[in-house]
Amino acid sequence: MRFGVVVFPGTWSDCDFHYVISEILRQPVRYIWHRDRDLRDLDCVILPGGFSYGDYLRAGAVAGRSPVVEALPEFVARGGYVLGSCNGFQILCEAGLLPGALMRNQCLRYRCQAVHLRVENVDTPFTRGLRLGQVLTMPISHGEGRYYCDAATLARLKRNRQIVFRYATADGQVTRAANPNGSLENIAGVVSEDGNVLGLMPHPERAAEAQLGSTDGLLLFHSLLGTLVEDGTFLKR
Amino acid sequence: MTGSEPKATLGLARELGLTADEYDQIIQRLGREPTYTELGLFAALWSEHCGYKHSRLLLARLPTGGPRVLQGPGENAGALDIGDGWAVVFKIESHNHPSYIEPFQGAATGVGGILRDVFTMGARPIALLDSLRFGDPAEPETRRLIEGVVAGISWYGNCFGCPTVGGEIAFAPEYARNPLVNVMCVGLVRADRILRARADGVGNPVFYVGNKTGRDGLHGATMASAAFDEHAQERRPTVQVGDPFTEKLLLEACLEAMATGAIVGAQDMGAAGLACCAAEMPARAGTGMELDLARVPQREREMSPYEILLSESQERMLLVVARGREEEVRRIFAKWELDAVEVGRVTDDGLLTVRRDGEVVARVPVRALTEAPRYRKPMAPPADLAERRRFDPLALPPPEDCGEALVALLAAPTIASKAWAYSQYDQQVGLNTLVLPGSDAAVLRVKGTRRALAVATDGNGRLVFLDPRRGAAMAVCEAARNVACAGGRPIGVTDCLNFGSPERPEILWQLAEAVEGIAEACRALELPVVGGNVSLYNETSGEAILPTPIVGVVGLLEDASRLATQWFKGEGHRVALLGPEAVSLGGSEYLWTFHRRLAGALAPLDLALERRVQAAVQAAIEAGLALSAHDCAEGGLAVAVAEACMTGPEPVGATITLPPGEARADLALFGEGPSRVVVSVSPGRALAFEALMAESAVPWRWLGVTGGERLVIRCGGATLVDVAVDRLHQAWRTGFERHLA
Repeated sequence: MRFGVVVFPGTWSDCDFHYVISEILRQPVRYIWHRDRDLRDLDCVILPGGFSYGDYLRAGAVAGRSPVVEALPEFVARGGYVLGSCNGFQILCEAGLLPGALMRNQCLRYRCQAVHLRVENVDTPFTRGLRLGQVLTMPISHGEGRYYCDAATLARLKRNRQIVFRYATADGQVTRAANPNGSLENIAGVVSEDGNVLGLMPHPERAAEAQLGSTDGLLLFHSLLGTLVEDGTFLKR
Repeated sequence: MTGSEPKATLGLARELGLTADEYDQIIQRLGREPTYTELGLFAALWSEHCGYKHSRLLLARLPTGGPRVLQGPGENAGALDIGDGWAVVFKIESHNHPSYIEPFQGAATGVGGILRDVFTMGARPIALLDSLRFGDPAEPETRRLIEGVVAGISWYGNCFGCPTVGGEIAFAPEYARNPLVNVMCVGLVRADRILRARADGVGNPVFYVGNKTGRDGLHGATMASAAFDEHAQERRPTVQVGDPFTEKLLLEACLEAMATGAIVGAQDMGAAGLACCAAEMPARAGTGMELDLARVPQREREMSPYEILLSESQERMLLVVARGREEEVRRIFAKWELDAVEVGRVTDDGLLTVRRDGEVVARVPVRALTEAPRYRKPMAPPADLAERRRFDPLALPPPEDCGEALVALLAAPTIASKAWAYSQYDQQVGLNTLVLPGSDAAVLRVKGTRRALAVATDGNGRLVFLDPRRGAAMAVCEAARNVACAGGRPIGVTDCLNFGSPERPEILWQLAEAVEGIAEACRALELPVVGGNVSLYNETSGEAILPTPIVGVVGLLEDASRLATQWFKGEGHRVALLGPEAVSLGGSEYLWTFHRRLAGALAPLDLALERRVQAAVQAAIEAGLALSAHDCAEGGLAVAVAEACMTGPEPVGATITLPPGEARADLALFGEGPSRVVVSVSPGRALAFEALMAESAVPWRWLGVTGGERLVIRCGGATLVDVAVDRLHQAWRTGFERHLA
């Protein structure tokens, strides 16, 4: 499976994703400059964390209108996978590839800490290797991660089972105290209707080695890779 | 020369912070009266901040050499060889004055400045540490400063993408109107690719890269070289405004350009901006430089030569480029959407020649600018110091309940958890952080090798106030001990000397004694000082801060998996204390918290013993015998053991037995002294540990055993402390935050 990691001016998790994909998962990976539109050689595009364009205006607003992001709908229509983490999630929402928006944390401060995530849907390419209700541990690091959408959108998200991760306690209780940023219904990650685009605020690339605290982030990649190994071909679900 | 500018006079020189004597020296060195612009250059470069007028002779006392040293002081940052072809580049710097005037931008641009110091050397920054000092946290003004400083550090470091992994925050009323913001940055570079701030190669073009120049930060260097009065807030326009996004682009563009080999030398435009770079870079190389100010990218209209030269606009750098490779450099900066403009060239005449529109506005020998006068002013200990030291803390009554005293100490703002601050900092970007903030030292792996770096900062102003020489030596020892407690072998030092006005004999004495203490400790521990910063005039309306040398130590772990953290790892482990028995309540956190006194004598410091203790701790960790190691610092043995009980992911109790002796309970529990480390050992390895200790020739003893849900400390049949770990944890966890609610 060939991965591409997008680099915007101001992106900083690009090297970390690249490292995990090449050194830990041993998969082919290349960087994609934000001005590039050619994604034909790739199976999965990663939108990493950082402060693309300084997050000036709104987090992800400028990057959401960049050439590489404009090329994503066609890539997804061909069946390509897109994973946006942290700033990548914000960009996907700004670009309209995922519903909802990410607002300033309720505490009004940046938060960097480990969180627990309850898996809410295992019928996506990113979570098919997981158990429903399984609790994953990953770090967050953001100032604007409070997920919000209107009531109609929320109803649609639920109907389509697009909510993939919720902030929870270590034993999987979705509580107010377990919500680090005030997200609506503790939502930490959502997928597109067809399931090919995942956005989440936590950093799976920071949870890929035991010596750094957790390997739960690898489960997302293993799910994704398992899909392709099983089907043998690109993009059949 | 230019006719539109004011004439340089002694009156003007004085306004710019120069003395009559210095003005005479300028005329002597030039052989004529300076122009207005030239006077501005001298005022900035001869400021204490740039010129080290009062400290340079003292700093010569510090040991700076050693087998690992690739770059000592005098460059953007120091560099040490860490093996496998890698070098660690690091430096600490202050941004105290701007942070008092405007805490958010002051602290943010402090982070920006030290990051640039590291990446101008060609190194990628991998870690930041912040050493902060504030006044009483109960004061609303202190809360405003803390909120602003922490938010500024968080904003700049997070957006730039360098993790903040350590540092400390301490409180004392002396910092109320002069907080300290010291930032240390650590970076990595291939040892053979270190770039220096030199203008080599006559004829090479000089490039200006990064942000455009505005009027912000004018007089920053001179502001940082004067004491404040009640009008300090009026100086807000001298504080620069940061842009971490541009800095991130500058990092990537610089590293990409440096990797091509087209860059000959680089210097960050920090204090005194373009003027400082244009004087220091040729001075280091024995060359000269010509600048054409009309080419400097500007974002304001009608800036004078003086303003362009001395602006401290952020995120700018001066590069010397190999002739013929200009296009390569331009292309890389264009890719990152940054200005890269040829503004001059390297000359062979030893002069800094500045033109605007063909007209020469300044022509000065670069060495006249960089070789500021050096002063050896009168010094004397403060008159009341001997009296203060004579005070015997044991003349005060002991606490009625030592357990309650421990709970209160854990909630003291200096000791309590600082999670409120560091949870606002990205701690992991880069995937190197093996030990996060909250242990003795942070540990970062060096990817592609088996090695790791341990880093810590330290400096206790109260101890230095009472005994500058010993207190400063203790700061070196404690930072190095923290690194040893993480499993690292200390390899180098950077220091930031924060003091009041050196024009007062007692302050200069503090500075001289402190430098001597740092030098003694570094010699004994064989640690080179490879860079740092001096911040003087830290006083407002005649009241100086506590003399506060902040020492940053970098240590090396040969095997990244052989690291330790400060907390106990489980039940039934044996607890030992390494190091001497001697402690004192003089200058202790206990004495301040309960009696609001800053007095007494410090515990003795035996540097040879300190070195053996550090080696023993590091050896015990490397051998896998010590499962945890924690330095005894503020709050003494009782606080160290309590922290080991409660700061891990799974808190655990302990039962400790102190040897019956004549020491009073408060002294035994809360007395502070150097060279003391609490370690835990699995019971099955106790014999091996005992054998290692016997070899290491350090005093040590078993203290007790971990287990249960309470911390119990007994002494000769009496129970001094018996408190639930939960309760200790609660006090420690909320002690700092409740001031900031």
